[in-house]
Amino acid sequence: MSLISRLAEKSWENPGIAEYREPDSYRPAAATVGVYVYFGVATVIFTLIAAAYLVRMGIPSAVDHGTGEDWSPMPEPPLLWINTGILVLSSLAWEAATRASRRDDVTRMRSMVMAGNALGVLFLVGQVLLWWHYQTAGYYLSANPANAFFYLLTAIHGLHLAGGIFAGGRTLGQMAMRADGQRICRNVRLCTIYWHYLLAVWLLLAALLVVT
Amino acid sequence: MATTIADDLRPMHHPKTWVGKYVWSQDHKVIAIQYGVTAIAIGLVALVLSVLMRLQLGFPGLFPWIQPENYLQYVSMHGMIMVVYLLTALLLGGFGNYMIPLMIGARDMVFPFVNMLSYWIYLLSVLVLVSGFFVPGGPTGAGWTLYPPQAISEGTPGNQWGIVTMLGSLAIFIIAFTMGGLNYVTTVLQARTRGMTLMRMPLTVWGIFIASIMGLLAFPALFVAAIMMLLDHLLGSSFFMPAMMTMGQESNTQGGSPLLFQHLFWFFGHPEVYIVALPAFGIVSDLISVHARKNIFGYRMMVWAIVIIGGLSFLVWAHHMYVSGMNPYFGFFFATSTLIIAIPTAIKVYNWLLTLWRGDIHLRVPMLFAIAFLFTFIHGGLTGLFLGNVSVDVPLSDTFFVVGHFHMVMGVSPILVIFGAIYHWYPKITGRMWNETLGQVHFWVTFLGVYAVYLPMHYLGILGVPRRYYALGETSFIPESAHLANEAISVAAIIVFAAQFLFFYNMIWNLLRGPKADPNPWGAASLEWQTPQTPPGHGNWGPHLPTVYRWAYDYSVPHASRDFIPQNEPPSAEAPSEEAAL
Repeated sequence: MSLISRLAEKSWENPGIAEYREPDSYRPAAATVGVYVYFGVATVIFTLIAAAYLVRMGIPSAVDHGTGEDWSPMPEPPLLWINTGILVLSSLAWEAATRASRRDDVTRMRSMVMAGNALGVLFLVGQVLLWWHYQTAGYYLSANPANAFFYLLTAIHGLHLAGGIFAGGRTLGQMAMRADGQRICRNVRLCTIYWHYLLAVWLLLAALLVVT
Repeated sequence: MATTIADDLRPMHHPKTWVGKYVWSQDHKVIAIQYGVTAIAIGLVALVLSVLMRLQLGFPGLFPWIQPENYLQYVSMHGMIMVVYLLTALLLGGFGNYMIPLMIGARDMVFPFVNMLSYWIYLLSVLVLVSGFFVPGGPTGAGWTLYPPQAISEGTPGNQWGIVTMLGSLAIFIIAFTMGGLNYVTTVLQARTRGMTLMRMPLTVWGIFIASIMGLLAFPALFVAAIMMLLDHLLGSSFFMPAMMTMGQESNTQGGSPLLFQHLFWFFGHPEVYIVALPAFGIVSDLISVHARKNIFGYRMMVWAIVIIGGLSFLVWAHHMYVSGMNPYFGFFFATSTLIIAIPTAIKVYNWLLTLWRGDIHLRVPMLFAIAFLFTFIHGGLTGLFLGNVSVDVPLSDTFFVVGHFHMVMGVSPILVIFGAIYHWYPKITGRMWNETLGQVHFWVTFLGVYAVYLPMHYLGILGVPRRYYALGETSFIPESAHLANEAISVAAIIVFAAQFLFFYNMIWNLLRGPKADPNPWGAASLEWQTPQTPPGHGNWGPHLPTVYRWAYDYSVPHASRDFIPQNEPPSAEAPSEEAAL
């Protein structure tokens, strides 16, 4: 039943239950719904910061009060691309884990989850190194608004990824304790979707930072 | 999740210790009460601050310990506490937590642990906020809107530490709200019992559901703004801080846009009005229907109006910024979108009135508060139409007219609904009944009192009396009558303040000594009144979840055996009567 037809239901007519199935039989798991709802929250956060970025850098058409005279873009060190590559690999590893879960290939699923998580940690280490690189080169947060936005965006993205790594670690723990297989497979799928989402966000943010 | 939508009780975390049951509880009802008590406690702090403000405004100079900087701090803390830490937390964290699972037939929220975490993080945010009173320089005096550059500039009270505690507290609150909001939305989508379709949900759930979605989408704007201002203040970035001279010294900031903060703030701030209003709309719909013994008029239209108001509220934020400077076409757009919101809102008001029309109205205390809400909301809504127009807003901006308007529409109105809701659900929550006479006295003093407080403010505003001023002094365009009105307002405010102690006495005394309440004293049809135990036990429904056969508004159904039919009553139980009707 589409959302529109659900919202058009005349619930004051025809009391009864016959046409309604048991909710368990057709609804997705709560965790799945929760993750998708959270994507809405995270998307608003990143969109608003990106909008603020454009306004602050002074794109005249963005909003009529853009300033931007003091805007000085940051350089693009190779580490930025290396980190991006690591995150792509991490996302691919999670995708492989999901596919393994569909084939009931537990060994490969476990190894891919470990690889996905480890690459996620490596990405975060790379981001910290990137910060350190910029700091030593004199690109301090207070020196320029472009710098400040870079640190802010990468920090919030990194915190989201750290949350994903925590969830991934929890899934590994469930595997070690041989928890309910169905639940583990669902968690692996959710982690995968979350990783893909954060990869997409990172690619858009990186494009924003590079293009502007 | 099995714990909330299935009959299998084994996965539920039954608390075994007192601490597990009442402190680190994962039960939505305990968490709701924790939210409620904390929100009311911090709300009392804000109420005391408002009395201090009124003492100063009504009797300037009589209280030498209230200095200009203190007054600004009272204004700022009062506003933020009332809007965020009381109203949002109480309506969503309190009523949302208590009502959603019970009204949709679930055992609990879908993520009980996250729900518990949400409360404790909320409490942390309140403690950080309160710590602002004890840091050097005191809390921020930047106004509840916290506009930069003044909020973090020399000369503004609390510009060193007070603003840090405020911004930090807001960021923490938003994390807590996100955890709660995810729970409310997912629980409504995921954990409704069999037969509880979206359009069989009571309007209380609809209001809380849409307000939660709005909160999840609007609070990030405040989160981002708070973090960016913290970085400006603590680490010297220039997101919002322009180049300026402070106390004769050139600042080391440049190029920042204060207007950018205003956009972010009001992108949150305007939806926030409806985050508070929509749950109140939903609750008042249910109170009116139950106590008028009549189905809600235009249920579908009421649901659609809630959804449309929620959507439109994201398109009007800049009507708070008419005097900040904007392209006239923007002003035209935002004025138009603001006025369009009046349409679904008016639909709701008409439907409430039409529900009352020829109803079997029982003027019990909850109903009195619901009807009072109609007065104050229509009043505040109509003055909102004035302020939505750019040309009318400009002369009235920053006057007491605005103070009167928004207190009527988003201060008094939701508070009246909250009182009505507490009186309405108190017997279910506590299993006890409050004292009717005390409730009536509390109602009449509060209702007439708030009119005595806020109606004259419109007059003051039209005279041009500015808001946020510590003292008016000898100002030629302000007549003596304005000073007299200010005194009268202050006296009324103190009486309203004192009357609230009747409410607390009524609630606390009867919690301990009150007569046992009937499980369904109002004869309500919605599911929360049909629990096997009063107050509902852990898991809410005993061994089996209820099945829902009808909507929540079957009141005074012709030829039915009672004047209400509970949602979980199968049609066959009423069949003979319905056949007789044919």
